[in-house]
Amino acid sequence: MIRITRRHLMQSTAAGAAAVMMPSVLRAQPKGVDGNSVRLGILHSLTGTFAIAEASMVDAEKLAIDEINAAGGVMGHKIVPYIEDGASEAPVFAEKAKVLLRRDNVAAIIGCYSSALRKAVLPAVNQAKGLLYYPTYYEGQEIDKRCLYTSQEVTQSVIAAVTWMAKEKGKKFFLIGSNYIYPVTCNKIAKPTIAKLGGTVVGEEYVPLGHTEFSSIINKIKAANPDCIYSTVVGGSNVAFFKQLRAAGLDGSKITLLSTVVSENEIEGIGRDNAVGYYACMGYFQSIDSPINKKFVKAIKDKYGANRVVGDPMQCGYNSVYLWKNAVEKAKSFAPDDVLKASAGLEIEAPEGTVRFDKENHHVWKKVRVGRALEDGQFEIVHETADLVQPDPFPKL
Amino acid sequence: MKDLRTASEISTYILLAVLLLVILPLGLDAYRLNIVSKYLALAFVAIGIVLTWGYGGILSLGQGIFFGIGGYLMAMFLKLEASAPELPDFMVWSSVEALPAWWVPYHSFAFTIVSILILPAVLSFIFSYAIFRKRVSGVYFAIVTLSLALTLATILTGAQGQTGGFNGITDFNTLMGIDIISDESKFVLYVIQVLMLFAVGALVSLMIRSRFGKVLIAIRDREDRVRFSGYDTAMFKAFAFMVAAVLSSIGGALYTLQVGLIAPSVVGVMSSVEMVIYAAVGGRLSVPGAIVGSLLVGFARSYLSEYFPESWLFFLGGLFIVVVMVIPNGLSDLVDRLLARIAALWPAARKAERSMAQ
Repeated sequence: MIRITRRHLMQSTAAGAAAVMMPSVLRAQPKGVDGNSVRLGILHSLTGTFAIAEASMVDAEKLAIDEINAAGGVMGHKIVPYIEDGASEAPVFAEKAKVLLRRDNVAAIIGCYSSALRKAVLPAVNQAKGLLYYPTYYEGQEIDKRCLYTSQEVTQSVIAAVTWMAKEKGKKFFLIGSNYIYPVTCNKIAKPTIAKLGGTVVGEEYVPLGHTEFSSIINKIKAANPDCIYSTVVGGSNVAFFKQLRAAGLDGSKITLLSTVVSENEIEGIGRDNAVGYYACMGYFQSIDSPINKKFVKAIKDKYGANRVVGDPMQCGYNSVYLWKNAVEKAKSFAPDDVLKASAGLEIEAPEGTVRFDKENHHVWKKVRVGRALEDGQFEIVHETADLVQPDPFPKL
Repeated sequence: MKDLRTASEISTYILLAVLLLVILPLGLDAYRLNIVSKYLALAFVAIGIVLTWGYGGILSLGQGIFFGIGGYLMAMFLKLEASAPELPDFMVWSSVEALPAWWVPYHSFAFTIVSILILPAVLSFIFSYAIFRKRVSGVYFAIVTLSLALTLATILTGAQGQTGGFNGITDFNTLMGIDIISDESKFVLYVIQVLMLFAVGALVSLMIRSRFGKVLIAIRDREDRVRFSGYDTAMFKAFAFMVAAVLSSIGGALYTLQVGLIAPSVVGVMSSVEMVIYAAVGGRLSVPGAIVGSLLVGFARSYLSEYFPESWLFFLGGLFIVVVMVIPNGLSDLVDRLLARIAALWPAARKAERSMAQ
């Protein structure tokens, strides 16, 4: 209490003196390090709309922390997770980020799900000179100097997905999405890509978040008779959307529907029967046949129960912890600035295969895959890029 | 009893002033103080709800609308400044080529401030006067305001290119060239906000005690009698509603400044209902009670969610249920009743009371 009082008085009354004194005080003890442990912030929604997706990301991140601690920690320091609930609300995320950065003084934060949440957190991260790992696929259009993006940005999902569909399934596209920034941006990028591939867009529709009435849109789809539907409908709306598509006779055998937002985790919510035969484009699928992925899936099931499935965001959360650990060890420092510098070009072997940070743009090179949903809620991988795909958050169209 | 309430109100104000201007700034770290300012921004709304609901009997479940107007107008100004001379980033992403016409005046800070005060006043007065003239009140009025809050949130989400959609408006660091992210400026803002809050609180406390307040109470208790006495009750109610709307708008503008973002989720149905809960916890008949309620619920939210990240919502929900069941008139009523009981034990007071009764 006394310490805080003194610090605050310093800041408010003798700001100039404080500005000189504070950094040296902080430098004496590296950020987030006490004795032989290091604090790592985890900031996801444990309650609210996004909890269904983010709670499982926390599970995967905790698994990575446990594994690292069991193997001796990071540079001899055990990771202590500091978990906060952002409650699916941007202002709460902003508040909790400040708590993590300034009360808990964490070395880095792994967290956020939608872009709204990330954008709410970044000012606090920048002010505190912290570091955020963002483990969710998103629409790109951002390179924050204190954020590392460990999932697919838009070229690694939309362009890859649309290109695959145009080559394999047909060139008449129908675009449908929920009405917010991610789907709108995805479609903004999908349209010129489709045109470049010689395809046409025969319809583009948006539904409010949480919308459950798709009959008029399904009629439009039927009238337009596309070869492919590219969907960025998110969350619970997919239950209604997929069910009504099926009821209208447009199941996976009649039409190609590909989504860049439906992973194994979402299928559990949508219902396996509803999703059968539809496609998804992701960096990671649980069905990837490699020893490291089998080990990862087994570890999740051992820790959290045999019924758990693993989706792309979970795996990206898991990778983020390792990417941070390896960057710390490469930099031989927990300081966010050193970690950021060491991250450029950093490469790890992840469950999805090789993942490598770009030298400049804070995003990762990774393989992109297309999978087809099976009866058991898993995806059969039907396409995989030969090489790692370069991240390009500001694609030229 | 009347004097007792005034006395307890004044002492609550004094205690609050000590708490907000001395204890919290000295005892809390800068980022915590910033979190307190977030609750205080909501206290402006709660004060308005005390006036309309507690004294006017008008339950509005849509105060988030006016909170949102203030918040968004302020955010528009800040965003234009942050992105000048380019378009705001979300417009670029949504393929908006030129600044929408209704954004243009918000390059001016003076215009922004004036519209934060005037726009909600005009809208709320026209809307509520029309409704009260039709003698729509009670539950029906609550439903209308609730649906308006829902409508506004949907429009804000839908008109992505102009409002930032679901993400809202974020990422601004300066107000007319002054950095608003640093701890020092947040502290200055905090002090300004507390002073404004007291000014506004005192104003509403005086309004309630004025002739206007007496008519408002009479309307709450028996509107038809007041109407038969020749008062234009719709006008009185619309005026009270307008005051509450302006207060909400001020709160929203301060919220944007302090939190650094505004989004549809902050102005929608859920948060509108929560604002009523702030007033209910503090006591819907007490202006300082509204401030206390906002602070208490805010603290409860922050602390419970920090210490029980997975189950805090149950605690918070439980707290609301307990408050409504045990002290339906809120904390201030509990305090008043306690004070009354203590006063009754005082022999001199009892004697005075007896002599007054005779």
